[in-house]
Amino acid sequence: MTESASAAPLLTTPLNAAHRRLKARMVPFGGWDMPVEYSGIIPEHRAVRTSAGLFDVSHMGEIEIRGNEALDLVQTVTCNDAAALRTGQAQYSALLTEKGTFVDDLLVYRMGEAHFLLVVNASNIEKDFQHIRTHNQTGALLENTSAEYAQLAIQGPRALGILRRLTSADLAGLRYYWFTIGKVADITAIISRTGYTGEDGFELYFPAQHAELLWNTLLDEGQLEGLIPCGLGARNTLRLEAGMALYGHEIDENTNVWEANLNWICKLNKPGFVGRDALQTTRRERALVGIEMVEPGIARDGYPIFASEDAPHPLGQVTSGSPSPTLGKNIGMGFVPLSFSSVGQELWIQIRNRRARARVTPLPFYRRTRG
Amino acid sequence: MSDYPSSYRFTRDHEWIAVEGAKGKIGITSYAQSELGDVVYVELPKVGDAVTAGASFGTVESVKAVSEIFSPVTGTVTEINAHLNNAPETLNQDPHGEGWLIKVSLNDPAEVEKLLSAEDYQTFISSQQH
Repeated sequence: MTESASAAPLLTTPLNAAHRRLKARMVPFGGWDMPVEYSGIIPEHRAVRTSAGLFDVSHMGEIEIRGNEALDLVQTVTCNDAAALRTGQAQYSALLTEKGTFVDDLLVYRMGEAHFLLVVNASNIEKDFQHIRTHNQTGALLENTSAEYAQLAIQGPRALGILRRLTSADLAGLRYYWFTIGKVADITAIISRTGYTGEDGFELYFPAQHAELLWNTLLDEGQLEGLIPCGLGARNTLRLEAGMALYGHEIDENTNVWEANLNWICKLNKPGFVGRDALQTTRRERALVGIEMVEPGIARDGYPIFASEDAPHPLGQVTSGSPSPTLGKNIGMGFVPLSFSSVGQELWIQIRNRRARARVTPLPFYRRTRG
Repeated sequence: MSDYPSSYRFTRDHEWIAVEGAKGKIGITSYAQSELGDVVYVELPKVGDAVTAGASFGTVESVKAVSEIFSPVTGTVTEINAHLNNAPETLNQDPHGEGWLIKVSLNDPAEVEKLLSAEDYQTFISSQQH
């Protein structure tokens, strides 16, 4: 038997061997060989909500922009206002098409007056880099440094207590969406108070060759407080509960900023950026809503949404759906016409050969209580 | 490694059947539950429904995935494991015992002869793992 012309081999993070030693279940994700779970999605999810979890997110991409024109370029290609960032501050933002739809969502870190670090989705690295390059009219220095960085996320109420024992950086004084550069277990890292779980926590960016050392050091340090390795499965259920968008699901090149409820990252009053003209005239016709199943069944990505049990035409589609380990309910997100987007609205989800009743619920599904 | 009872027969879709005369009890294998991860939801047919060998009769869902269950035999559902509605994790804990899915009356008990023995099934799943 001959192998058919197969896709490119999967990319691996510097922690691939470590995941395999931990007997993680590995899956292809956006071209990467990634751990989906170690001990199980539910225990990993609960660890992050109640103590702490450690994620290898080294597949995420890093694009750096430097030079006197750096701010101008970032302002041109992203829709949030990067000029409002001080050095040491980060911002959730997006790259848009001329139509105001999503090339990608990303984090913008202001490393210095004239130095920005953009953290982008793994499957979009090359597309984003080309997109930014196309709009680089003024000669800012643009570099894809994805291969140089490992990225770990330590998330959960115990993350601060664990991490602070390994660093002299002032973590308690670090505010949400700010970062500092400091040594963690003698490894110089960008320590960022950010995350994708709805919990307090940190994301660490550091040279890829130290990945195993820092991964093992963190797991050892946090073990007694319940820190466990967590995979992409828990990352997905955690971000879904927190109502956060995932590229390729809630947002893509067919979804505009208004529909995705991301108007808060889109600053129309800032000077020209890609997508701004279209967004000024675009009206929102559908909305991304939270969905909770009322009848048994799990809404999954791509399942059609109907207005009634026998309506012939779907209103829209589920973009993400899963059981919620924290709430013990089956939840999801999806697009529906504005007239069906009010909280409490009854919807019907087509689950294989039947329709199950659901309703529109407020987002996020889960909000942590701040201590 | 979990035990695959030698009195059971198995399918390449990872179901098992325990047959006594013209009655059979059907479940999914230990390998199938471990590939799925934590089972959170099980959808079963109703008593009296017909099932067909090789055709889907229900679904098992983990947090991450939906998996169809295919009947090893043709027959009629006589009982379902309603306990799984409240405790779907039983499928992970005891897939070859308390985690059974349905009982059926077989149209043709000879059908079972075409299924894999425990030994053949274990050889089959070891060829699935790389």
